[in-house]
Amino acid sequence: MVEAVPADARRQSLWGDAWQRLKRSRAAIVAASLLLLVCALALVGPWLSAYTVEQVDWTQATLATPPSFADGHWFGTDANGRDLFVRVWIGTRMSLLVAVLATIVSVVIGVAWGATAGYLGGRVDGWMMRFVDVLYALPYMFFVIILTVVFGRSLVLIFLAIGAVGWLTMARIVRGQALALRQREFVEAAIALGLSPATIIARHVVPNLLGTVIVYATLTVPQVILFESFLSFLGLGVQEPLTSLGRLVAEGALEMESSPWLLLVPSVVLAVVLLCLNFLGDGLRDALDPRQRR
Amino acid sequence: MSTPPPLLQVERASVRYTLRGAGLLAPARTLDALSDVSIAIREGGRLGVVGESGSGKSTLARVVLGLVRAQAGRVAWEGRTVDYDDATAMRSLRREMQVVFQDPFGSLDPRMTAGQAVGEALQALAGPVASVAAQDRIRAALSEVGLAAAFANRYPHEMSGGQCQRVAIARAIVARPRLLVCDEAVSALDVSVQAQIVNLLHQLSERYQMSLLFISHNLAVVRHLCDEVAVLCQGRLVEQGSRAAIFGDPQAQYTRDLLAAVPEPDPALQRARIVAAHKALRASR
Amino acid sequence: MTAEPVLQVRNLGVNFSTSQGEVQAVSGVSFEVRAGECLAVVGESGSGKTQVLMACLGLLASNGAAGGSAQFAGQELIGANERALNRVRGTGIGLLSQDPLSSLTPHLRIETLLTEGLVDRGLATRAEAHERALQALAEVDIPQPEARLRQYPHELSGGMRQRVALAAALMCAPKLLFADEPTTALDVSVQARVLELLAGVRDRGVGVLIITHDLGVVAGLADRVAVMYAGRIVETATTDEMFFAPQHPYTAALLAAVPRLHGDDRSRLVGIPGDPPQPSARPPGCAFAPRCERAVAACGESRPELTQYTGRNQVGAAADESSIPIAVRGVPITAVACHRPLHSSAEYA
Repeated sequence: MVEAVPADARRQSLWGDAWQRLKRSRAAIVAASLLLLVCALALVGPWLSAYTVEQVDWTQATLATPPSFADGHWFGTDANGRDLFVRVWIGTRMSLLVAVLATIVSVVIGVAWGATAGYLGGRVDGWMMRFVDVLYALPYMFFVIILTVVFGRSLVLIFLAIGAVGWLTMARIVRGQALALRQREFVEAAIALGLSPATIIARHVVPNLLGTVIVYATLTVPQVILFESFLSFLGLGVQEPLTSLGRLVAEGALEMESSPWLLLVPSVVLAVVLLCLNFLGDGLRDALDPRQRR
Repeated sequence: MSTPPPLLQVERASVRYTLRGAGLLAPARTLDALSDVSIAIREGGRLGVVGESGSGKSTLARVVLGLVRAQAGRVAWEGRTVDYDDATAMRSLRREMQVVFQDPFGSLDPRMTAGQAVGEALQALAGPVASVAAQDRIRAALSEVGLAAAFANRYPHEMSGGQCQRVAIARAIVARPRLLVCDEAVSALDVSVQAQIVNLLHQLSERYQMSLLFISHNLAVVRHLCDEVAVLCQGRLVEQGSRAAIFGDPQAQYTRDLLAAVPEPDPALQRARIVAAHKALRASR
Repeated sequence: MTAEPVLQVRNLGVNFSTSQGEVQAVSGVSFEVRAGECLAVVGESGSGKTQVLMACLGLLASNGAAGGSAQFAGQELIGANERALNRVRGTGIGLLSQDPLSSLTPHLRIETLLTEGLVDRGLATRAEAHERALQALAEVDIPQPEARLRQYPHELSGGMRQRVALAAALMCAPKLLFADEPTTALDVSVQARVLELLAGVRDRGVGVLIITHDLGVVAGLADRVAVMYAGRIVETATTDEMFFAPQHPYTAALLAAVPRLHGDDRSRLVGIPGDPPQPSARPPGCAFAPRCERAVAACGESRPELTQYTGRNQVGAAADESSIPIAVRGVPITAVACHRPLHSSAEYA
């Protein structure tokens, strides 16, 4: 007797289902929209203004002028006469770029490491996670400083430094999930089919982890931005004339009393980005939690 | 030797788990999940393995499938010992021996449709198969378990427990195995759906002369489906025999007690049992 | 059985507000439980049987709302506030859940678990409660009760845990015991012990309401049965009537689908085609019609009401009396909700 397909085929994959749930979270939608706005501004902002990132405006009476619409310096200028509007968006670009790239690196390494360790279990898992524990214990700032001194300050080095730190927590989280997934019957069924461990990890384990990975990645980006800001604060981050939000905040802090806008503007942009990422991450976590589906 | 060897034979299998002792310095305890268990299934035969929790019946299924290694004993397929470490031999053995698990939703990857799940099994066991031929075989497998072709695009969370279990069965039989291991395959289903699946398994077994190794704690289901029964208790084989022998005239006291304890959907029978129990109690005083 | 009913449920309904809209898990459920009797509520998934229990005890999920009436010892349970419900829980109605591992708090000793109901409410001193606990453990046949009181739940076997849970439910001497699938998670040999104990509880005058999907449990323990399908009661009868002369096609089909240890072993199990409907997707008319062999056009159009049924031989006689809907006559022993019940020769509209 062949079963008929029920008529109410309002069919939806799990991703579609998650997307619906995400749309229902107002905080997440607002956060995502704001974030998109910031990204758009970071892309086109510098072209909107007549000035460039390093151009010193000698036409002003003093070097650091407050924001005004009249002279085209919408966010004012900094202590060297450079337009802050352009610098803020260039800085945002740099911060987001570093953050996203470093997060991608840490996701790729962390997922591969964690999924393999969690799936294989036993002694292999033990050694792999002890390695992670050892790396955790090392003072990464120390390493970054040494590497910077040895290799000079380059963008690539910053990615590597941040990525090298970020993948550790991702690996731990993914490993926990992979351990749990290993016990699920569909993984046992795949083993019974004779599939190789690599195939099982890639086809069955990782896709079922992606929910957690996405959520955690969204929450890692703010951490990376802060870390990069910290490096910049120490003078180890991005090089002149390029700038990042961290550098801008550092420079603004020095001029805080005389030119408060130099600190306020980049801080506000940084705060908005961090808050939006956190809200988005929360929304994603709720949307992707399979237990709440029914 | 005119009679062929049984399709599957387990000889004196033993599985021992080592558990960490409580506390740092306490000695490790061992748990004998299986001790010296031997069973045999013939071609087209249906063997039910029954027992309570801790009897080792699931462990036995996993030993047969190679998911768990036995510390002692051997498993023979068509008379030849199976080497679970030999990848080539295992590849061809897996085509002959497949499994259906207990949890219908848990045994399917939530991110794959029914068609993809069956297709993956087809490619892994009988592959490589050209995609057109593969689609045909997937549709055929789904229709054999009573699902319309449209189910190929459904995800597990869009199907009922019975439908998911049918997909699991379709995945297991798509490469035409000669032995199907069912580990509590109907225990998580509603009664009305359970009956459908039991009938389906019976039908498939008859049609393709496919042997069944049916693990269950439900003695009544085993009585309807299997022609031979093995009873396990605490990792040991208590009794093995034909259905008529085990249910009609059980030799072991454990089997008799087990059969007497099953609540039967027959009020007259239950009342008679209570009366008999009271009589026995009074007689013993 | 002319004893006053301990629990009187009339027209109980349970709704859940979900993202997909209002879902009616249970509707129009009426039944009674009398002292010293066991009523079994039987159903498969989606039948709403557990929600009936949860509604009576005020334990519905936060998005659930109950309507109708459930009277316990003169007190209305549906819609009652937390304080009133708390007075009833434990002392009036005891609850035995399915999985003792989750219903017994893992980090508390057995003694605490048993006595907290009495001591926290000031109903007994610690010493009195201790004595009562020993007594309760003896009632459920647990050996060495003094030693057991000092143990933790994980140190006991599954069967013993469930018996401890039963002792805990009976500690405050409730008049009514709710048992939600009490034997489903247990081994067969242990099930028999627990069922015996439940029978003993019933014989001591406590009313027992047991939720189960296992017809074997029903046959051995229940005096009366209510069969639920898709959130409604489709048949109520005494146990004998239900097993030997079921009225509703679903009940009959269920009996044909249940595997048995005795009887003709050549008989095939007869499955019911299709699946029990999910609460959010119930068909119009009779919910069982799509799967029913006896369905006629009327079954898909109008939903049959639960109708009183005084006996099995209804050839024309007293057709009017036996077809009055139960809301008027009070809750009958035997009733069926079907346009074409099995053992009648008259059609009830």
